[in-house]
Amino acid sequence: MPVFNSVTCPICGCLCDDIEVTVENNEVVKIKNGCAVCEAKFIGYKGEHRIHTPLMRKDGKLVPVSMDEAVHAAAEVLANANYPILYGWSSTSSEAQRVGVELTEEVGGIMDNTAVVCHGPSILGVQEVGIPTATLGQIRHRADLVIYWGCDPWSAHPRHLERYTSFTEGRFEKSEWTSYMQKLKAGAGKKKLDSALRSGLAKGPVPKPQACYVGGVPPSLSKGGRKLIVVDVRKTMTAEMADFFLQVEPNKDYEVMQAIRALVKDQELDVDSVGGVPVEYLEAVADALVNCEFGVIFFGMGLTQSAGKFRNIEVAIQLVRDLNARTKFMIMPMRGHFNVTGADVVQAWQSGYPYGVDFSRGYPTYNPGETTCTDVLLRDELDASLVIAADPGANFPKRAVQNMVKHPLIVIDPHMNATAMLGDIVFPVAFVGIEVDGTAYRMDHVPIPLHKVVEPPEGVLSDEEILKKILEEVRIIKAQKAEQEKKEAA
Amino acid sequence: MTELIIKNGFVFDPLNGINGEKMDICVKDGKIVKTVNEHRAKKIDATGLTIMPGGVDIHTHIAGGEVNTGRMVRPEDHVKDAVAKTAITRSGTGYSIPSTFVTGYRYSRMGYTTVMNPSMAPLEAKHTHEELNDIPLLDKATFPLIGDWWFVLEYLQKGDFEGCARHVAWMLDTTKGYAIKIVNPGGLESWGFGRNVHSIDDQIPNFCITPRDIMVGLAKVNKMLNLPHTIHLHTNNLGLPGNYQTTLDTMQALEAVPNDGKPNMHITHLQFSSFGGDGWGNMKSAAPEISKYINNHSHITADMGQVIFTDTTTMTADGPFEYTLYSLSGHKWVNSDVETETSGGIIPFHYKKNNAVNTIQWSIALELALMIEDPYKILMTTDHPNGGPFASYPKIIAWLISNKARMATLKRCNKKGQKKSLLPTLNRELSLYELAIVTRAGQAKALGLKNKGHLGVGADADVAIYNVNPETTDIANKYKTVRKAFRDAAYTIKDGKIVVKDGKVVMNVDGKTMWLDVETQQKCEVDQDMRQKFKQYWTIEYDNYPVYDHYVKVPEVIPIKASV
Amino acid sequence: MHVTLLSGRTIEQGVGKEYGKASHEYYNACSMCYMDADDMKKLGVKNNTNIKVTTPIGSVILKAVKYPRSATPGLIYIPYGPWANAICSDATTSIGMPSFKGTPAEVEAAPDQKVLSIEELLMSEFGR
Repeated sequence: MPVFNSVTCPICGCLCDDIEVTVENNEVVKIKNGCAVCEAKFIGYKGEHRIHTPLMRKDGKLVPVSMDEAVHAAAEVLANANYPILYGWSSTSSEAQRVGVELTEEVGGIMDNTAVVCHGPSILGVQEVGIPTATLGQIRHRADLVIYWGCDPWSAHPRHLERYTSFTEGRFEKSEWTSYMQKLKAGAGKKKLDSALRSGLAKGPVPKPQACYVGGVPPSLSKGGRKLIVVDVRKTMTAEMADFFLQVEPNKDYEVMQAIRALVKDQELDVDSVGGVPVEYLEAVADALVNCEFGVIFFGMGLTQSAGKFRNIEVAIQLVRDLNARTKFMIMPMRGHFNVTGADVVQAWQSGYPYGVDFSRGYPTYNPGETTCTDVLLRDELDASLVIAADPGANFPKRAVQNMVKHPLIVIDPHMNATAMLGDIVFPVAFVGIEVDGTAYRMDHVPIPLHKVVEPPEGVLSDEEILKKILEEVRIIKAQKAEQEKKEAA
Repeated sequence: MTELIIKNGFVFDPLNGINGEKMDICVKDGKIVKTVNEHRAKKIDATGLTIMPGGVDIHTHIAGGEVNTGRMVRPEDHVKDAVAKTAITRSGTGYSIPSTFVTGYRYSRMGYTTVMNPSMAPLEAKHTHEELNDIPLLDKATFPLIGDWWFVLEYLQKGDFEGCARHVAWMLDTTKGYAIKIVNPGGLESWGFGRNVHSIDDQIPNFCITPRDIMVGLAKVNKMLNLPHTIHLHTNNLGLPGNYQTTLDTMQALEAVPNDGKPNMHITHLQFSSFGGDGWGNMKSAAPEISKYINNHSHITADMGQVIFTDTTTMTADGPFEYTLYSLSGHKWVNSDVETETSGGIIPFHYKKNNAVNTIQWSIALELALMIEDPYKILMTTDHPNGGPFASYPKIIAWLISNKARMATLKRCNKKGQKKSLLPTLNRELSLYELAIVTRAGQAKALGLKNKGHLGVGADADVAIYNVNPETTDIANKYKTVRKAFRDAAYTIKDGKIVVKDGKVVMNVDGKTMWLDVETQQKCEVDQDMRQKFKQYWTIEYDNYPVYDHYVKVPEVIPIKASV
Repeated sequence: MHVTLLSGRTIEQGVGKEYGKASHEYYNACSMCYMDADDMKKLGVKNNTNIKVTTPIGSVILKAVKYPRSATPGLIYIPYGPWANAICSDATTSIGMPSFKGTPAEVEAAPDQKVLSIEELLMSEFGR
């Protein structure tokens, strides 16, 4: 029973590469070190929702076809399309993404990745003001103040705290795991009592639900060791682990951050609260920011998807820039898909632009709002799509998907996901990071190799191979077309 | 089995002492040979044309995490410089940070054939190599940043030079690197907590070691490992008025590592380290002091770091320096520290003629080039893109060969800067022979590249042919002709194939990535040591750290036998 | 009842998507909606019964679940997926990002209405 060490988990931006995988008869049977989602993927990837042959929609139903027929049909669609979109890319390798750029350039389409509905606004904010950041190891070694703003790693990046922040051992800072465990134990007794009082099993006054800002600023902000602050609109599981939780009214993060900036710059606020947060709590946070040795803000969709969008990111980065005049401070987006960073990186090095890249003029252009595929879909400007390593059928707004299915839809995915269920030409592929090698880029831009631990099902190719087949066929079709046109002109 | 003969051109091949002789150059199977079968060989009629070895660039930031973040944050830089796809070339964008394909095409069109990417964070080495694979038409190599690497700091602090050497050898192998790169030694680790060092004898927080210790120690290590290039150094206090004293201290410190009269250090973008005065108000050139020292010592090579008046992007591993630029300009600023290894920063910068300091900076690099007598000691670069885009090289060529060109630019500059410039007192004009040294022969020699930068038998057949007739052209007077000629090469030949004709790319070839395979004794002991330390120092596993062979598309492995 | 709609990740949605979009794990994880306990009481919605959520984009039936960790008056939270996207605002505000967090919505009890499976949902919205 071979055991593979240092396997890289291909799910989220944490890109944990210490997974131990046990394989038996070409099947993964055991996982060590992975979180619940990692385990679900390594054990569940080969389930009933796997596609095994290429499919094409005939008379309204998807039926199996040969690889040649599917490749030719897909290539015809793309070669003849005027303005196709090639979207997704975030759950495949950088090797496949490079073929993607070549293919999009060849067919004169738009290449866009999941950043458009995730951290695209962060990229826009960074393009305005830059970003003071570092690799995750710097956080582990040095950070004594960690802030999660508008994100919930416990749900979306489960091992983030234990690998990179509060619960990890660094050269200059120790793990807070023991004191967190002690806090949990101390709190467990009180929880049991409160529950008994509420249900009447114990005698005494029924405890009222604790409103957030009662009882003054918690002393935990002035303790030694690493401190954890969570800012969100509701108390998440990550917030429960924090030394201090700041509950902000929805769509008010921008105001709250500007208020903290003012306080960091030693100004006084003439109001009593901002965004639902009493000013004395903001002052405590500002003091913690300024007095730390090394602080970091991790942020997520709470900022990119709420009102203000990229302006929220811009102001968060500006706060961190201001803090660098007083102490050492970093900021980092919590990238979602395991290789969305890679998609941005590859698109940038080959075209100059990270996402929403339009090749229809023969050279790359970039104008979010115009060339981003969500907008192109909502305005129904496309005439074909290719979706790979993403699921806009499930994760794009309804009207965008309605317009997508009006035109030929090519899907490349291992699973029968929502987009595949809606597709016209569907290619099965192997799982990158389980059945295929490759490279992925972590949320802090560190490239990490992905490993193959089992063979893919018979006849199932990799993303890179399918894309190369389609590209080759597109070139043949275009050459034939050019020949034809020459003959007709003569 | 391709044979080529370049007939009748004026050849400038300084490493073989050839100064404008009319002679034929013969190529077979990608190498320079003595003769070819003239009936079979493809002919290029180079009558009236200048022939030089293909250009070599010792320091240009073109690939990797930092360069690419620069691309990502500056869409406004690219939108003014879009490059369309053709039947043989890919599309892309420029201007100060071109995309990878465009980088290859643009260098090749100027007759360049070999480039060095001088800053690679070891943790991100795979990214650097992935990008290098996508730069066509050029041979390349890259230098890992290890001046502030925890292993180097710890071993040097212990005084264990041999242990340090073995770990550095491991690092070069593991990252497929070519040379030891040091940036603001001690400053980058200090920047981990937002601090910096201010002299070469400052103590580095948490490590009990000084910048002097790092530079001298790594120069010793470099010698022990028999590396082809010397340590490649970006000095402390870069970019600050009065820093020439630190540069002098640094050069003096390295006298402690004798190397048989040969260089033991290369100071890169020397212009930024040659500031006199003590504030921005009285900042002036210290080129005389620096040049005097270099003229009287044999252990230093340097490159210019020429400033070009344009909107460009600065990017270096010198995190604290980039922060200083941010404090001065308020512009968008990227900081990118890398665990255990290095730091980094990016900020756009516009060098303006009407700015006194920028004018003096522009002047300093040229003063160095003219005052340092031996052209093998002062090579032409802009520290692309920090001083300006590499596509500006023809401008620098014009300034180097022509006083008239220099004065034409100087008279349009800031008046205060003009008064402080020493250029009006310097009449020296480089000849084509000397130009060949500062743009190819000297670069290859400093790098220890045996088959580059010359056209002797056995050299790689990398040849550049320019539309300049040295017999009939007064190059100092007709500098515009020369500038144009070096912008669009008549021919660029790579590995014996014609890849550029009349400034246009006509064939696509993959270049090679050169890297050192350093063989020491006790290699496996180092591996054990690294395995144990990995979990403590880095956030990725030991097995996932190396640049495996498949990451390099076309490798050229250079075996090195270390003396340790 | 007038509320603000947020959508985002949950650990169950993360696990469910790995099993497959047509899996029952994904269905259970994504066809539900976290609501404030007091709001549910006011609306007369029992825990784990169905509600109808309507926005200018459309309406969808979801299972209402009490949010366990804090009071979130006026907020509902639907995990990422096609049920959330049936009603989330698609206003990209000229930058490509739909307004996944902060859509105004109306909630009413719908204990007798059925939550659609992913196949039924896709068919009703996209005809496939």
